[in-house]
Amino acid sequence: MARNNEIPEVNAGSMADIAFLLLIFFLVTTTIQTDVGIDRKLPPKDTTPPVQIPEKNIFRVSLNKNNELFVEDDLLPVEELRKVAIAFLDNGGAKQNDDGYCNYCKGERNSKSSDSPTDAIIAFNSDREASYGSYVEVQNELTAAYNALRNREAQRLFNKDFVDMEKNYYDAKTPIDVKQELKKQIKQIRDMYPMKLSEAQTTFNL
Amino acid sequence: MAKFAKKKDGDLPAVSTASLPDIVFMLLFFFMTVTTMKDSSLLVENTLPNATEIKKLEKKDRVIYIYVGKPTQDYQKVFGTEPKIQLNDKFANVDEVGSYILAERAKKPQELQNVLTTALKVDRDANMGLIADIKQQLREVNALKVNYTTYEGNAFNNLQ
Repeated sequence: MARNNEIPEVNAGSMADIAFLLLIFFLVTTTIQTDVGIDRKLPPKDTTPPVQIPEKNIFRVSLNKNNELFVEDDLLPVEELRKVAIAFLDNGGAKQNDDGYCNYCKGERNSKSSDSPTDAIIAFNSDREASYGSYVEVQNELTAAYNALRNREAQRLFNKDFVDMEKNYYDAKTPIDVKQELKKQIKQIRDMYPMKLSEAQTTFNL
Repeated sequence: MAKFAKKKDGDLPAVSTASLPDIVFMLLFFFMTVTTMKDSSLLVENTLPNATEIKKLEKKDRVIYIYVGKPTQDYQKVFGTEPKIQLNDKFANVDEVGSYILAERAKKPQELQNVLTTALKVDRDANMGLIADIKQQLREVNALKVNYTTYEGNAFNNLQ
């Protein structure tokens, strides 16, 4: 009688099936999603004592409980906000010989509006009943206004978009020496148009 | 010599499938490594608003999530329809946000504790009062970096 002393080989034919099963499980449960959103920095808790800021340097934006947008006490459609905010930030009302004079501004140089982008503050208040959707909408438009101006200056000085510069800076694949260069340029642009967006209580001094 | 009749050349040899498991395993490992299991199931409705001026929220280990929205249908009987805060797997009140952030921060490695971001995943219909309270709580515990998580899309569609 023929005796079989060898260990029988395990049939690995179904290995593929098992692996497929696992594969399909992970395929189904996978969510390759990166969250996106608007970054903001909250002010620290210990608030500085109130500072006096000339009213012309403050751009007041508010949302009421019916999600209506008011800019400087006038009702304004949200679609217009970006344009109006850019006009305010880029106004550069300071006189040519003053220290605050803004030589890169392309605005109307109206003496009743902001002196320079570095002085300009946007004060944004929203009613407690306003919806989060409209709040984000306004935040988005204000960010867009800043980005538009920063892009313009970045194009003029470095021939690239500010948004792209930031994206490259945060990209892990960018070499370190390029990053250092970018960091300097980004800072320069940010200093030209600093984002001064206040959500604190601001009072009118009439 | 009929015994060793030559094989017919006509039929093709079968393709070897021996390497199929290897290929499948390779794919399997790929998906295993990129998979992130959802660690908390949502108890609140969470239709995020749209925005265009967005930045990516990278490095998931540096993010603490706070969900806000009205409770889903199953929970509306118990918790009502007013927007609520969800921390981890349960509903919470506004005054619990601070201690939650501190607890989550303590869980992270030392070197990350200063670079944490708080992602606010808020339903577009929630009202701003609740968000203002949360932001006040975040300021109390010095968690100042926030990200209003949104979808990418036209912001003017937010109110429909």
